[in-house]
Amino acid sequence: MFGFFLAIDPARDYDPFMTDIAIPAAPPEAEVEAAPPGPIRIPDFQIVPRKGLVVVAVVLVALIVAIAANKLWPLMFFHVAGGASWTIIDLFLGLVLGPIMGSMSIPARIEFTTKLMPKMLLIMPVVVTATLAAGWQLGVHEGTVLTSYPQHGWVVASFIVVGVMSVLALGLLEPANIAVLVELKKPRPNPHVIEQLMKRFIYCAGILGAMQVATLVIMTKLASS
Amino acid sequence: MNERPLPPVTQLAMLSLGLIVAGGIYLSAHLPLHVPLGPAVALLAASVIVLAVNIFLLSRVRDFDWPRFFEVGKWSLLAYTVIAGMILYVFLRNHISGGSLVVLTLSLVVFAVHVPMLVGFTVARYSDREARVAI
Repeated sequence: MFGFFLAIDPARDYDPFMTDIAIPAAPPEAEVEAAPPGPIRIPDFQIVPRKGLVVVAVVLVALIVAIAANKLWPLMFFHVAGGASWTIIDLFLGLVLGPIMGSMSIPARIEFTTKLMPKMLLIMPVVVTATLAAGWQLGVHEGTVLTSYPQHGWVVASFIVVGVMSVLALGLLEPANIAVLVELKKPRPNPHVIEQLMKRFIYCAGILGAMQVATLVIMTKLASS
Repeated sequence: MNERPLPPVTQLAMLSLGLIVAGGIYLSAHLPLHVPLGPAVALLAASVIVLAVNIFLLSRVRDFDWPRFFEVGKWSLLAYTVIAGMILYVFLRNHISGGSLVVLTLSLVVFAVHVPMLVGFTVARYSDREARVAI
């Protein structure tokens, strides 16, 4: 996958939007004789997008207000909007974008990674927190988390699915996400480290995407009963 | 790539997280009935032991990039403290109290410590000491 080596890019001084790193790509063997490898520049990026933190703060404050107010509509909004975002992002990343990324050229993959993953670093924790916190409050409000609820078994099943997904996301996905970004920020990123971490990220995203199908089954069952 | 032998920090962290998640599911699945706390306490205790073993094993690693570990870990700790605080707020908002609240709060503490530790470890294990970057 990441069959390239690293070198300093002499052209970087002329491009303020690029970091001081360049990765000359090793082309497929058939092309070695046809053309020399060109440098792959890593775009400058922030591991944690500062501007996004403002949006995160606004969403979290709104979530606190919604929970404190304990009204049906805001709780439903945060739970449904957050849950739908979580499910769709996982499904799309794991089953659509992941395989596409795996087939992209190395420069395209690096550029895509440096644009996508910092945003994921902010989006996913906020979406998950909003879904779970508003979901629990909504369950209390509607009585669906109580053992007296007729579909209580399905609710507990959703707890289990979310629990397994949380352990996978927190234990494998998130650390890999951050480690890839830190590695790409280094003056001389290690391609083997990036390859290993990206594999972990994409496989984990695929598993989470598949598990989100179970979430869809459970939630549609609960909503229709 | 760094091929140094390292303790199974990731595996132990996932085990620890799995134990507290199981305890949380056990407690939340029984509401509003009286919940026997024994199983939840046992799961929490096991999770804390795994966390302690993980910290001990990691502390014995030689030539580990501790500055990088703490640099990443402290910001992760801040982020996961906010997340844990949000979850705790929901529990308090719904008047969960007594033993259940203690178990859930301690579970959130384990969560808020172990995840940042895991993030810091995953970054620092591949660290190149000559290549420090600002996050």
